[in-house]
Amino acid sequence: MASLKELAKQGEKFLGGHRACAGCGATIIARQVLLAAQYPVVVGAATGCLEVISTIYPYSAWNVPYIHNAFENVAATMSGVEVAYNALKKKGKITKELRFIAFGGDGGTYDIGLQSLSGMIERRHRVLYVCYNNEAYMNTGIQRSSATPYGAHTTTSPAGTKIPGKLQPRKNLTEIIIAHEPAYAAQATIGYWNDLVTKVRKALDANGPSFINIFSPCRLGWAYPPEKTAAITRLAVETCVWPLYEYENGKYRITVKPKEKKPIVEFLKMQGRFSHLLKLKDDTPIKEFQAEVDRIWEKLLKRSAE
Amino acid sequence: MIVARTGNEAMAEAMRQINPDVVAAYPITPATEVVQLFASFVADGLVTTEFVPAESEHSALSACVGASAAGARVMTSTSSQGLALMHEILFIAAGMRLPIVICLVNRALSSPINIHCDHSDSLASRDSGWLQIFTENTQEAYDTTIMAVKMAEEIMLPAMVTTDGFIISHGMERIELIDDKKVPKWLGERKVVNNLLDIDKPITLGSLDLQDYYFEHKRQEIEAMNNCLPIIEKVQKDFGDTFGRYYPIVDEYKMDDAEVAILAMGSTGGTAKVAVERMREQGKKVGLIRCRIYRPFPKQAMLRAITKVKALGIMDRADTFSTMGGHLYNDCRSILYDADKKPLIKNYIYGLGGRDISIEEIETVFEQLLKIKNTGKVDKDIVYYGVRGE
Repeated sequence: MASLKELAKQGEKFLGGHRACAGCGATIIARQVLLAAQYPVVVGAATGCLEVISTIYPYSAWNVPYIHNAFENVAATMSGVEVAYNALKKKGKITKELRFIAFGGDGGTYDIGLQSLSGMIERRHRVLYVCYNNEAYMNTGIQRSSATPYGAHTTTSPAGTKIPGKLQPRKNLTEIIIAHEPAYAAQATIGYWNDLVTKVRKALDANGPSFINIFSPCRLGWAYPPEKTAAITRLAVETCVWPLYEYENGKYRITVKPKEKKPIVEFLKMQGRFSHLLKLKDDTPIKEFQAEVDRIWEKLLKRSAE
Repeated sequence: MIVARTGNEAMAEAMRQINPDVVAAYPITPATEVVQLFASFVADGLVTTEFVPAESEHSALSACVGASAAGARVMTSTSSQGLALMHEILFIAAGMRLPIVICLVNRALSSPINIHCDHSDSLASRDSGWLQIFTENTQEAYDTTIMAVKMAEEIMLPAMVTTDGFIISHGMERIELIDDKKVPKWLGERKVVNNLLDIDKPITLGSLDLQDYYFEHKRQEIEAMNNCLPIIEKVQKDFGDTFGRYYPIVDEYKMDDAEVAILAMGSTGGTAKVAVERMREQGKKVGLIRCRIYRPFPKQAMLRAITKVKALGIMDRADTFSTMGGHLYNDCRSILYDADKKPLIKNYIYGLGGRDISIEEIETVFEQLLKIKNTGKVDKDIVYYGVRGE
């Protein structure tokens, strides 16, 4: 288990001075993930908020080697970096032990980059893929993705007078990835930093492809005060909207089990993107969202008991 | 060593001898053999390459970008729809100045779907910042694949070497292979300026480049293309001095006293050479100009060649859908603007979707050009040749 003191001594690998919004979840994730890494790492990023805010030429927030190629291909790009490393290591041109981390938002991971990620895992590249999941296309101005939850308002699933936000539930990407049988897979979030650090370390030690889906509040897209970022993630876990679990050696394990499972309304009411749901006379959308969360949680409880 | 090889086998042999650090590829007709032969070289331990059988051409080239940025010597192969799917990443590879080499087998683009030769695939990538070399036959495809690695690495721009689908890719020819050991020795190691894997000197690649820097970086890329022809010539000369086979920038055949000529790219060059021979036997002064290096466009060498004749038939195996004719036709009209002496020119768009072009049809083109020369008039500037209803 990591201590904050130990992490603080690491030296910054993701630096300040970037252009992220106050309270941005993605940058906290980038910093925590890199601090957790106990090996030198080479980072790749998909096009998206994290890329845009961290590398405006001639500046860079990355104090580690970094490459950005395009939107849908960070997994393929890092596949190439990893095999180049293997080739050059075989020839003795590189001697150091390195690790590779790909960062993509949910748009770049759940949607446009899904094929590339599936290929990377199937070919068993030893890369840790981190999805900083803010549940919509935030970089282009808050459009729905397949990670956007039921009922959420985005600019392409707006809460209108007839339609109350997004009508479809989230795609369960973590399960899709687990179906690939990666060396390691997990869900994590910011408010549980120790859980996150432990998962990153396990992923980087796993001999094969690994994936961590990290719940990443976006204060602009979710419409909440910036100081609430960590608090929202804790409520997401306490309501089981974002269960923290891992998949390792064919076994599921819930890593943080809420003492008392709170109703999702507690989570919804903190965010503007759900405010229209709470104003509706008809509580069907909230009930449906709750039912979806319960169903997935029950399934997870069953799987982790096996 | 003299052997019989198809174009695909020859390109795969070249790749085996180059022994790149990384090959990431995806199968597509008619380039599939290059990939599968190379996979067998990997499986049999004939190369030390890390082979990435990607799940799409888009990912194949994306992996090539990652590997090349990490300092590896990287190659791939594709065709048609595959190159179209790579399109987005072509520009990124060139913008990042990564010397990736694509063995490209020319095939028509959909729709309608077709698997046979024309140049619509490579020419649709014309403006992506890649060197483009069109080869006439199997020997040239083999030699140029080897040369392209050196050109790309010295110029720091990616390169595509093309053969004509099925005509060259599947046509068996007698070729001379270089000894296995001599190829890597001639190529040497790739010199990497900025290496992504250098942990002690971390670099950021693929930055967001806004109004204040994008233009300067693009300008440098343009300058690399503007200045690279002498490097291409140097590599070709060095290759010739070492292995005995010399290649020109613009291939001229029987042009010294030619009164009319055809300008073409790819395998049609070989067919046209036979037509030239036949016409010459009848005492007709005809010649052939073959554009081998297409990007960068060899302005001066091309201008020298095409202004030797009074009438020029420009044969394009693709159309630009611009009402302006084919690619070569447009390039040549552009360079002729400032020329004191201009030939009469006529554009023949031919051979789309693998429609065969015969020696006799090329002889007919020469007869038409001789008529243009004699009358001083071009009847129609752009014609679609060998198609029903024309």
